[in-house]
Amino acid sequence: MMTAATLDPTTRPVTVTRARALRAPQWFVILWRNKKARFGMILLAAFVLMAALAPWLAPYDPRYSGFETGLPPSAEHWFGTTGRGYDVASQAIWGARTSLLVGLVAGTVSTAIALAIGMTAGYLGGLTDEVLSFLTNLVLVVPTLPLMVVLAAYMPGGGGVWMVVLVIGITGWAGAARNKRAQILTLRNREYIQGARQAGDGIFHIIFREIAPNMTSLIVVGFIAAVGGAIGAEAGLAFIGIGDPDTISWGTMLYWANSDGALLTGGFARLVVPGLLLALLTTALTFINFGVDALSNPHLREQ
Amino acid sequence: MTYFARRIGFFVLTLWGAVTLNFLIPRMSSGDPAQAILEQVAVKDGYVDPAQLEAVRAMLGVSDASLWSQYVDYLQNLAAGNFGVSYTYFPYTVTDVIGDALPWTIVLLGTTLVLSFVIGTLLGAWVAWRRNSGFDAIVTVGSSFLGTLPFFWLALLLIYVFAITLGWLPSSGGYSGAVEPGPSPEFFVDAWQHFLLPAAAIMITGPIGWMLGMRNNMVASLGEDFARFGRAKGLSARVLALNYGARVAILPNITGFALALGGLVGGTALVEQVFNYPGMGRLLLEAVSNKDFPLMQTIFLFSTVGVLVANLGADLLYGVLDPRARRKEAA
Repeated sequence: MMTAATLDPTTRPVTVTRARALRAPQWFVILWRNKKARFGMILLAAFVLMAALAPWLAPYDPRYSGFETGLPPSAEHWFGTTGRGYDVASQAIWGARTSLLVGLVAGTVSTAIALAIGMTAGYLGGLTDEVLSFLTNLVLVVPTLPLMVVLAAYMPGGGGVWMVVLVIGITGWAGAARNKRAQILTLRNREYIQGARQAGDGIFHIIFREIAPNMTSLIVVGFIAAVGGAIGAEAGLAFIGIGDPDTISWGTMLYWANSDGALLTGGFARLVVPGLLLALLTTALTFINFGVDALSNPHLREQ
Repeated sequence: MTYFARRIGFFVLTLWGAVTLNFLIPRMSSGDPAQAILEQVAVKDGYVDPAQLEAVRAMLGVSDASLWSQYVDYLQNLAAGNFGVSYTYFPYTVTDVIGDALPWTIVLLGTTLVLSFVIGTLLGAWVAWRRNSGFDAIVTVGSSFLGTLPFFWLALLLIYVFAITLGWLPSSGGYSGAVEPGPSPEFFVDAWQHFLLPAAAIMITGPIGWMLGMRNNMVASLGEDFARFGRAKGLSARVLALNYGARVAILPNITGFALALGGLVGGTALVEQVFNYPGMGRLLLEAVSNKDFPLMQTIFLFSTVGVLVANLGADLLYGVLDPRARRKEAA
């Protein structure tokens, strides 16, 4: 395997920076070699492009409701129009933005909480660990959807996308926090951590600079899983009418398809398109995670 | 015994935590939900039982009392089984309304949960035994994709195909209006027909988590030294698969049982909503959209406690089945 370690040791300060620069492609190469991860990355890239280029890709303004209602799929309207006169294809394309945005932000929030709680609990141990672990286990067993629904009901002003992001972020961290705590427990007594402690490095320095880099793949796997979970949660919440029903997202598309009787009037495309897009996006993330697992566990690498 | 004592201790603590969480959530909101409810009830109907009003106050909080005395009131009301009146179903109490919905959810969730677990575990064991075959690849990749399909979306598709296009099964409700609910054969047939589609919507993705978990556990357990030793000893494939592989691999799946339940409760809520099934999930969502806070809080509390009890059951079962768990805690 080609690594930076083969570089000339005499130019050490330079190799350190060059090693960093060279390492980035290496993780990518391993990911790319994994067939499942490659498939996932291509699929995800397609969704990102779809979201970024939505204004150019979408045939119509997703908020323009002047079309004839309930049209079947045709050349003008690829997936027909909704019961309220919107173009389904345009809404589906713009919906990628909402899903990716909610997924990224809520995934980041819950990963940050998971990191803070899991790592503090695992590293400090003792009473702090007992209290934080108890909190984690409590949140872990409370059924998530009812908790999200109840929290959302009390949020001021009914709320839009950001309320949904917040609710998803603060309910979805517990499983990841538990994994991180377990991981840090195995790392904290290694020699280099002991060394850093004896050298007088602060707790935050040790946790974030010494321990965290060794947990990168676990953190990335947790983050990608959290993004996928948040995308699904957003759709579920939107579907039951929590959040602003005028947001353009795959969940609200299904909400409207269900409430204006798309099932009865044969609006099959309106039902299938958002659901399949949701499933494909989540699948892309799951498949990337197969590859990230292979990064940290060479046994899983495909030849 | 230490293992069981610890599990029960943890159960009691989490129970207290869940009850307290249920107390704190309404009080963290900026508005005054209790006052709003009381005003609405007063407008809707002149007479309200003072004890019920007191229970609503204890559930949701009133601004003038100290947090501590509110907490004591709240706990006393819970202990007395007094959860207040439902605003939507006034003058019925929350307990009455939940009592009607609970059996539907218990049957729907209970059946699909047990079936999912059994099917998922068996299928996972079989796939693990045939690991690295084409069959394994198809099942693993296929179910990874299938598992990403949202419950409620599958429910919508099933309605579209089986209820509307084919017309085989009813699309909504728990029983038809023509049949009187009761222990009659007609009612059971009718309820069974209404049960099939919601159950199918849950069963499509339900077993997948356990299947993948079982597969991974069993692949690992078959690679252990004891399994290799068993093979060297010349044990039959059947004994090796069941007694050496599956028996060890099933243990983590039992702990996973309770954790998955929390997710399944949410999925069932969405499925109930789609099918207009008269269970707790639909009731919860209905309570949310009507801002029926006492009903909402109580359902939340009930579902959390239900999951906690199931969790305790799984933990205790795990302790009985796996001597290592008992020994580890004792050491």
